[in-house]
Amino acid sequence: MNILFDERLDGELVQRDKSEVLNDLQQAVPDMTLLHREEDLRPFECDGLAAYRVLPMLVALPETLEQVKGLLKRCYALGVPVVTRGAGTGLSGGALPLEQGVLLVMSRFSKILSVDPDARMARVQPGVRNLAISEAAAPYGLYYAPDPSSQIACSIGGNVAENAGGVHCLKYGLTVHNVMRVDVLTIEGEHMTLGAESFDAPGFDLLALMNGSEGMLGVVTEITVKLLPKPETAKVLMASFDDVEKAGRAVGDIIAAGIIPGGLEMMDKLAIKAAEDFVKAGYPLDAEAILLCELDGVEADVDDDCDTVRRVLEKAGATNIQQARDEAERAKFWAGRKNAFPAVGRMSPDYYCMDGTIPRRELPRVLKGIAALSEESGLAVANVFHAGDGNMHPLILFDANKEGQLALAEEVGGKILELCVAAGGSITGEHGVGREKINQMCSQFQPDEISVFHALKAAFDPKRLLNPGKNIPTLARCAEFGAMHVHNNELPHPDLPRF
Amino acid sequence: MTELAMHAADRDIADTLCEQVRSAYDARTPLRIVGGDTRAFYGRPVEGQALQMAEHSGIVSYDPVELIVTVRAGTRLSALQAALAEKHQMLGFEPPMFGEASTIGGAVATGLSGPRRPWAGAARDFVLGTRIITQEGKLLRFGGEVMKNVAGYDLSRMMAGAQGTLGVLTDISFKVLPIPNATHSLRLSLNLNDALKKLAELGRQPLPITAAAWHNGELFLRLEGGKSSVQATQERLGGESLDPSFWTSLRDHSHPFFQLNDGQALWRLSLPPNTAPLNLDIAETDIFYDWAGSQRWVKTALDADTLRAACKAVGGHATCYTPHAQGGAVEPFTPLNAVVEKYHRNLKAELDAHGIFNPGRLYAAF
Repeated sequence: MNILFDERLDGELVQRDKSEVLNDLQQAVPDMTLLHREEDLRPFECDGLAAYRVLPMLVALPETLEQVKGLLKRCYALGVPVVTRGAGTGLSGGALPLEQGVLLVMSRFSKILSVDPDARMARVQPGVRNLAISEAAAPYGLYYAPDPSSQIACSIGGNVAENAGGVHCLKYGLTVHNVMRVDVLTIEGEHMTLGAESFDAPGFDLLALMNGSEGMLGVVTEITVKLLPKPETAKVLMASFDDVEKAGRAVGDIIAAGIIPGGLEMMDKLAIKAAEDFVKAGYPLDAEAILLCELDGVEADVDDDCDTVRRVLEKAGATNIQQARDEAERAKFWAGRKNAFPAVGRMSPDYYCMDGTIPRRELPRVLKGIAALSEESGLAVANVFHAGDGNMHPLILFDANKEGQLALAEEVGGKILELCVAAGGSITGEHGVGREKINQMCSQFQPDEISVFHALKAAFDPKRLLNPGKNIPTLARCAEFGAMHVHNNELPHPDLPRF
Repeated sequence: MTELAMHAADRDIADTLCEQVRSAYDARTPLRIVGGDTRAFYGRPVEGQALQMAEHSGIVSYDPVELIVTVRAGTRLSALQAALAEKHQMLGFEPPMFGEASTIGGAVATGLSGPRRPWAGAARDFVLGTRIITQEGKLLRFGGEVMKNVAGYDLSRMMAGAQGTLGVLTDISFKVLPIPNATHSLRLSLNLNDALKKLAELGRQPLPITAAAWHNGELFLRLEGGKSSVQATQERLGGESLDPSFWTSLRDHSHPFFQLNDGQALWRLSLPPNTAPLNLDIAETDIFYDWAGSQRWVKTALDADTLRAACKAVGGHATCYTPHAQGGAVEPFTPLNAVVEKYHRNLKAELDAHGIFNPGRLYAAF
């Protein structure tokens, strides 16, 4: 299946001559940086999902709201699609450009506008890095809770677009739970404020709808986030298991004991080895799985909870339990987990990261399914999970230079996601659908549900100019994808290049 | 599920409801969606044929280890809460209950949250998935029974607070929370300015506070969490101990404060955290500060425009809780600005083209 925009399946686009669009935009927004030469466009051809690359027609790098407004108004008038991009760290190709489209890069909106410690809020521009918010709030003893692993680089605008998560979601929520208000420009260039600095706003909860909408409904231009008091202390326990399923059950046992850990992560043997080789986190190489359980809060409670969790882990059959002795060791334990993706990247020329979620009780069954797929395909799979909230990140190892391996990796990935859906889960927990999982949407949703998504889109962007081809598949695409399934997964047109 | 069946009658009438919606759609008959009919006072009056949800009740699935419950919309709030309490769990948003017949569907549709809201989150924050009857009478599923799910638009959360104007909620999946191990409520004598100052100061610290209110010279606090931290905070803050039923009376408006005098209307002001007292001609005794000051209950005869202008100036909004008492002359909800209203209308037109779902409940036009 070709991942590039396919007008036959994804809908027709208006054909415009590049020089015509360039001239039009240069006249309408004369002071805005507009890249058009191939060598200038090249760095923007992909986001964090680097296997998919498309050169955009133009790249706009506005610095003022007026410029963004001007750009959107002209694109709307011309019928030119707009793909919005933040830091470009997204893993699902949500910011993959379109050949006939303008890539709107918001990275120059990088100011923290205000930090109000007494109201515990920060107003920031969309290009601000996730971690920079916590750094700005730190002098007041506050922080911004969602912490995707890419937090040193990813921008808050992209976090809103993807409803980004992180390792602390179970206790502190996703982006949607931590954003109070967004300012949005519509495709027609109108300004809207959704949400409020108060805890609610009149009307429909369009703020909830905007979070995770992948740049399909509007362009976020300012964000007000909630800040939390930094927990007094955080302690990490690392438990080793000689069996992945035992580790999976231990996760449920911790929750059943009435404890909501700040973070609860699991890694399997291959992921442990990769992380240990890379960052020397002190992980046990002989374990089949490890659990990292972080307990945070007030010192006295955390100590009580550590005791409880230790007992639960022992009972669950942990072969070894280690508590980080100090802050440095805690950071080291987490470094292994947070660097698991690049660590796996060192073991294999390429890897493909999946993002399915499942009810936790299904973990043993889904793991078995993944192991079977790995064996069948001959591709190794390293497993990293946000175990507390059932969000799995299987990493499929492959070599793109070997004939057919990328296609095979994608096929295994697709099957893993279908396993998740069959287990009552979702194809994406936090990375988004983007372009990558556009076909799997057809397994998770029925045509009638997809039609409702199209209706929502039509309410905001009837001309379908914002990020076309992402997030929600057309019914035509689902029909084609569904038909493929009927044919025993034998792809039609085997002669067509699949990049 | 037999154990849970004790709490709620287990009956699935989704097919019948779909049928009723289909007929209404074909005949362009407006529907008034009714659960326990305890929240009809909230919002504008709806003229329409009643779509009775109360029989669609029961807990569909509940796995305490997953922290997820799925429940039919007509299930009584009290029944759901009892089932959760049996497993030492609860709904995190502490929904108000304005009568025993109050249903979970109504709680989500109105999107109201109790005293815990600033610390734990609102109704929408705990909604993971929904089943919805669309205008064509189709029963569709959005979101799901997993904690994290970013596939497709988050329609489920948007249903919270939409008051049934975009579709009929039939089933809702929630994230639930363990009931905290320890709890202690206290009252401190403190004037308003000192109380607000103290709340801002406490808010910046990692303390186990889950409710904070001020009225008539007293600051009321609820501490919840681990035994050790609750005890330590209790010792630090001092004060007199407070019966926890205080919070229920505030949540459900059964506190004597909510008795109105002639000519008074009840208003809810929703304001940014740490907003100073508003410069309005209202006696201090006629204001109840909840949510550490972000939600203020006000009894007043002042007109809507005056109240709304004062709230707007500080970034908040005002809702009238007694619009009917004023002969329907007052819009219960703050009017939307032109652009936001345009997209509300578009959305309503897409999801409810013939205006059959609770027409006019939020605003006259949709």
